Amino acid sequence: MAEHFDAIVVGAGPSGNAAAYTMAKAGLSVLQIDRGEYPGSKNVQGAILYADALERVIPDFREDAPLERHVVEQRMWFLDETSHTGAHYRSDDFNEAKPNRYTILRAPFDKWFSSKVREAGAILICETTVTELVKDARGRVIGVLTDREGGAIYADIVVLGEGVNGLIGQRAGLRPELKPAHVALAVKETHFLPEETVRERFNLQGEEDGVVIEVFGGVSSGMVGTGFLYTNRESISIGVGCLISDFAETRIPPYELLDRFKAHPSVAPLLKGSEMKEYVAHLIPEGGYNAIPRLTGDGWAIIGDAGQFVNAVHREGSNLAMTTGRLVGETVVQLKAEGKPCTDANLKLYRDKLAGSFVMKDLKKYRKVPALLEKNKHLLTAYPNAMSQALQSMLRVDGASKREKEGQALAALKKNRGSWAGVATDMFKLARAWR
Amino acid sequence: MTETTAPKMEERLYQNRYLVDEGRPHIRIRQQDADSPELRALMSICPAGCYVEGADGRVEIASDGCMECGTCRIVCQATGEIEWSYPRGGYGVLFKFG
Repeated sequence: MAEHFDAIVVGAGPSGNAAAYTMAKAGLSVLQIDRGEYPGSKNVQGAILYADALERVIPDFREDAPLERHVVEQRMWFLDETSHTGAHYRSDDFNEAKPNRYTILRAPFDKWFSSKVREAGAILICETTVTELVKDARGRVIGVLTDREGGAIYADIVVLGEGVNGLIGQRAGLRPELKPAHVALAVKETHFLPEETVRERFNLQGEEDGVVIEVFGGVSSGMVGTGFLYTNRESISIGVGCLISDFAETRIPPYELLDRFKAHPSVAPLLKGSEMKEYVAHLIPEGGYNAIPRLTGDGWAIIGDAGQFVNAVHREGSNLAMTTGRLVGETVVQLKAEGKPCTDANLKLYRDKLAGSFVMKDLKKYRKVPALLEKNKHLLTAYPNAMSQALQSMLRVDGASKREKEGQALAALKKNRGSWAGVATDMFKLARAWR
Repeated sequence: MTETTAPKMEERLYQNRYLVDEGRPHIRIRQQDADSPELRALMSICPAGCYVEGADGRVEIASDGCMECGTCRIVCQATGEIEWSYPRGGYGVLFKFG
């Protein structure tokens, strides 16, 4: 093995794979290191695959990637104890030659993605944990040390796709420690059902059609968080995630929160008779734009969850990961072609590419949302509850006049929020954060 | 297997695969004079139920079922009670579906 590479990529998740693939495909010598038994064995996601981000790396991925179902219907539910208020969007237009979103299982998907990276020419070593970065006398990153024998491995650039809980960047002082209010803990179970049962329960025609349910409101028991339920081919992924700071404060066991969600009268029939085959936990960076650390330095760059690249509002992350990985890969390829070293100044190209992409634009747009929710947790319960009570009152025909029912609905809104001034303040804050 | 009763943690984790690095736990508690509220919170919020109360009333950890999420590391970063590293390469939890 050559001791020196053009690039070392730490991690074989979506960001690391996109980076390694882009660089290897262009002929660079790339070493990728992952601590799992096989690439994917330590990786966790909901999971939705956003085709566009992957297509820009591997245009013909649909030919052999392990995809579960393409999404033809999106549901958004607000839960309270006994009800859900929902908006559903289903369109036959999503049954297209190149569908836009798929459900996936990350372990098999990452294994596939990694096989493409190796086909492109990168060298992958698994079962190896990178323990620290090697710096030269001037503080430039020049390589890594691992828990394998054999000493340091050197490269012109070390790309850190080490994930949200990556320790290398933090221990080397490249990025700050995660704050409990900037990161969510999510737990998920994978429940197996016969393929036809999945289709029947979600009213799906085609064998590859799928449904996504994103859940807000009571699912998080007053904490800042959301739930989700995704249909895979022969299974359902169901999970819930809330800010770590909220878990620490409420001391609600995350698995109990998940059990409550699973037992909800709107959810239980969807899972009935299923067999749970895996239970996982993972962190999600949710601090948004203001939590993004410094992204480059002399000889290093950060991609994916390690850089807080998650759009929590739209539940997107893997697409941001793949895009940041691709952009850093393209940057290094371009610098190599121009004979320029991977200094912080030259890596400005990566930062510029990011700024020009949807990644930074979207995160910037919602930069005020994380703090807004953290400080106004009632937003996630007061309004869903008021909406549910108003709808129930309207739908119940019980001799009360419609005008009386309107009055009840408004009273429910006021009662849930406490005052009309509170409602007005919330609307103003929401509008500002969304702008 | 309907979900009428909540499964026990052992049953929940039973489906997961682990390769335990015997004698080399990747998380340790650095005990202080008294356990902080943050450390005590882990007995409820660790998603793998790794933290339990010992006979002496102090928080103990058995990291065999750990899913390597990092929650405890982040909750206790300010108190310094948790010493956290990843398991050696290849060891620890192995996700089938992720």
